[in-house]
Amino acid sequence: MNEPILELSGLTKVYSGGLKALDNVDLEIRRGEIFALLGPNGAGKTTLIGSVCGLVRPTGGSINAFGAGLDTTWRSARARIGLVPQEMATDMFETVWRAVSYSRGLFGLAPNKARIEEILRSLSLWDKRDAQIRELSGGMKRRVLIAKAMAHEPELLFLDEPTAGVDVELRKDMWRQIDEMRARGVTIILTTHYIEEAEEMADRVGIISKGRLLMVDEKAAMMTKLGLTEAHFALAAPLAQLPHELSRFSVELEKGGTSLRYRGGDGTGRGKAEVAELAKALVNAGIDFTGIDTRESSLEDIFVSLLGEEEVPA
Amino acid sequence: MIAWRSTWSIYKRELVRFMRTAFQSVLAPVLTTSLYILVFGGAIGGRMPDMGTVDFGAFIIPGLLMLTLLGETTSNSSFGIYMPRFTGTIYKLLSAPVGFGETLLGFVGAAATKSLILAAIILLTARIFVDYTIAHPFLALLYIMLVAAAFSLFGFIMGIWADNFEKLGIIPMLVLTPLTFLGGTFYSIDMLPDPWDKIALANPIVYLVSGLRWTFYGSSDVSIALSLGITLGFLVLCVGVVAVIFKTGWRLRD
Ligand SMILES: Nc1ncnc2c1ncn2[C@@H]1O[C@H](COP(=O)(O)OP(=O)(O)OP(=O)(O)O)[C@@H](O)[C@H]1O
Ligand SMILES: [Mg+2]
Repeated sequence: MNEPILELSGLTKVYSGGLKALDNVDLEIRRGEIFALLGPNGAGKTTLIGSVCGLVRPTGGSINAFGAGLDTTWRSARARIGLVPQEMATDMFETVWRAVSYSRGLFGLAPNKARIEEILRSLSLWDKRDAQIRELSGGMKRRVLIAKAMAHEPELLFLDEPTAGVDVELRKDMWRQIDEMRARGVTIILTTHYIEEAEEMADRVGIISKGRLLMVDEKAAMMTKLGLTEAHFALAAPLAQLPHELSRFSVELEKGGTSLRYRGGDGTGRGKAEVAELAKALVNAGIDFTGIDTRESSLEDIFVSLLGEEEVPA
Repeated sequence: MIAWRSTWSIYKRELVRFMRTAFQSVLAPVLTTSLYILVFGGAIGGRMPDMGTVDFGAFIIPGLLMLTLLGETTSNSSFGIYMPRFTGTIYKLLSAPVGFGETLLGFVGAAATKSLILAAIILLTARIFVDYTIAHPFLALLYIMLVAAAFSLFGFIMGIWADNFEKLGIIPMLVLTPLTFLGGTFYSIDMLPDPWDKIALANPIVYLVSGLRWTFYGSSDVSIALSLGITLGFLVLCVGVVAVIFKTGWRLRD
């Protein structure tokens, strides 16, 4: 039960043009978790998913799924893996019902009307079951892709940017869907550009850029490691220089001495405590302030700072 | 090992797609072929001398059937695999627990089935205009199935090879149709003047037309064994090519 559901080791993909889309990626996915793969355009997210799902032929490394090498067990493995692709790819003239039923049959499962009805209902597609896919809105089409991926009841589900181009309402709806799937024991790997999504959904987050997996960690741990509290004190009177009473804090003056900026902590709350102490220290030193603005760094900041380091030429 | 349920799903879906467009995909070829039979068989045929033991109208039917069969089978089958590549829905097939066997049986089986339906309709329609008989109906059916299977495979390869719509149409238009016309549809090879009757034998379609004609009338330009051999050889060659395509993922998997 504790063995990883998916193990990538040294996974590398060099496309025929010579572009290295995946560079020696090691990754273990645990059964039952939601893993978010975060990265900018062209980072290699889709390539990584494609390598597992049989759309891309890796040029190096190995993939183990459900405890066995994909090279030899691809057939049984694929029957247990679902994929919602990033690109909108549907047979426009097919009806929703047919498309989803076909997906189930293609993956070798016996027809099961009740199951398909359940899937369509859960995705609010039941009313549209006899509509041709071309008649649906973009968000509905995307849900059809999800329904198709769920039709064969996969244990491991890849969602390649499930909420791209989907309105806020629907996005919340999809998060709920994903939660329900997790509750049923489905392991989910999703890619996203929305940090919000990773923060909301994921148990663990992997950050990928230029084909390299820069960091993989529990979402909470990542926040702890890289989390930061930032506070700005608006001063009643400008200061020319920092008084020595404040030297133990990581602060500096900004905006011509009219504001004091604190930056520190670790995402566990130490930052907030220090801001409170700093406020007391200011009062004790007789420095008056008119406002405090504090902010916890999000995954987004972490992401940007990680990628920023990445940009620095070696 | 073949996953039959997956195979059946592919097959059924392809046939449903065919039924959805049955009107165009059956009517057009039937109409064209009927016109040929009407004009060359019915109208002109009456003034032509008999070809061996059969009259001209009956003589051209196997060739015309072959003409339609080759073109339609190739384009049907090539579309069947090209369209999902074009629209991106091929991801479903590539990520499914199906391999060479299922894909081939599903797509090619469906394309071949369509061709058989088409052949039956054409033969029935032809009967309205021309009085013909089939000497070896069972062999004729077998031969048509063989050709349908071989060219479904050929079309499958074309559909994977093509990276735009133009290429998709080019082989049936530019290669199959001329070769079939020159392949003895309207004449017997030994009616050609000296070097041309030998050169004509380099055209593989000659053997196909000739083979089918043999099953109809019991005689033809080349021996039925040779025709069968060449058709089978082509079938095996195509299976081999498709096997290599799947092994290497050529044009299917990046
Ligand atoms: N079929 C292909 N042939 C050649 N290069 C490719 C191919 N597919 C992707 N690439 C390249 O590989 C790199 C990774 O692409 P990939 O689609 O995996 O990125 P991604 O992280 O999914 O990006 P996005 O967030 O935009 O979807 C990119 O530089 C891309 O141009
Ligand atoms: Mg992508």
